[in-house]
Amino acid sequence: MTLRDILNKLLRRQESSANTARERLQLVLAHDRADLSPDLLDQMRKEILEVVAKYVEIDIEEGAVSLETEDRMTALVANLPIKRLPSGAIKVKEHGESSDN
Amino acid sequence: MSTNTRIILICSGKGGVGKTTLTANLGIALARTGVRTAVLDADFGLRNLDLLLGLENRIVYTAQEVLEESCRLDQALVKHKQEPNLALLPAGNPRMLEWLKPDDMQRIVSMLSDQFDYVLIDCPAGVEDGFKNAVSASKEAIVVTNPEVSAVRDADRVIGLLNTNGINPVQLVLNRVRPKMIASQEMLSVDDVTDILALPLLGLVLEDEQVIVSTNRGVPLTLSGINSPAARCYSNIASRLQGEEVPLIDPAKEGSGMRDKFRRLMQTKIF
Ligand SMILES: Nc1ncnc2c1ncn2[C@@H]1O[C@H](COP(=O)(O)OP(=O)(O)OP(=O)(O)O)[C@@H](O)[C@H]1O
Ligand SMILES: [Mg+2]
Repeated sequence: MTLRDILNKLLRRQESSANTARERLQLVLAHDRADLSPDLLDQMRKEILEVVAKYVEIDIEEGAVSLETEDRMTALVANLPIKRLPSGAIKVKEHGESSDN
Repeated sequence: MSTNTRIILICSGKGGVGKTTLTANLGIALARTGVRTAVLDADFGLRNLDLLLGLENRIVYTAQEVLEESCRLDQALVKHKQEPNLALLPAGNPRMLEWLKPDDMQRIVSMLSDQFDYVLIDCPAGVEDGFKNAVSASKEAIVVTNPEVSAVRDADRVIGLLNTNGINPVQLVLNRVRPKMIASQEMLSVDDVTDILALPLLGLVLEDEQVIVSTNRGVPLTLSGINSPAARCYSNIASRLQGEEVPLIDPAKEGSGMRDKFRRLMQTKIF
């Protein structure tokens, strides 16, 4: 965050175009490098969510799987919010419990 | 074939980012330090290197005639009058688009390696046959890009292909850097581009009107002795390529007026 960024926020001006360029490039390059079609990525996202949902209760709506890239290494990053019990404990499913719903 | 010859591909993916200008200026700058330098115009469909070097009227033969043995290599090489350590070899002429194969390129580069310390190959834009031929004959590469999204994206694609082809080292030259735009955060910074592409930076070249003036004249900046911003950048690149440690020009420190100082203040990272 720079002085200019703060000034832009205060004046509700647009984000600087260099920042936008950087963010757009990082995203597009992660996809270019992985060479995965959006369909395949989406399929993978669904299956990963299903597997994880077998073990812990997750918020399917909030779950996101994305590609990120740094130093020419591409990582598959899954962000899967786990539902908690009122006690704060994680909701672990019994093995064999059906995974639908 | 001499194993010490540095065979360097100058490529970019995207067209018009400054490959030929870099090849011409770097070729002259290297030759001026006393090393025997050949510049090979692999972009023979749209050849331009002769024009930037002011040698367009002196081309008689090309690499094709050499390979067909209808002339000798030294007949096809165009020696630069003001800088005799530099010679230009056009790979072919625009009429023979289909002619060149990776094997031809390798043969011609191997002949050049016997006589020169540096061979700079000016690569055509794109990632198709012209690029593949040139890669097949190269050992190392300089990827030229501009601080713009499309040029950086294409550079990334090229870097991937160079890596799969075992080209090493691959270094970056960031061309047409505009300090004022970087300061107002309307242009990707040098760090942004090197971070994104994860390549070592061989150098940056500032945007400079003198580049156009020098192409008009057919006298590269590194030959004319003009002390312009881009001229300094090109000489620094030549020195670094030869292993000298030359500090990078800091675009943020270009310009010393009140406005420049204010821009710098606005750019300071506070958290
Ligand atoms: N640092 C610079 N400052 C100003 N203008 C520049 C700079 N570098 C290159 N140019 C201009 O950009 C244009 C393209 O340069 P050049 O022909 O070297 O690119 P190229 O990558 O070889 O293009 P192509 O892909 O068509 O072969 C030219 O008009 C040149 O004068
Ligand atoms: Mg060119």
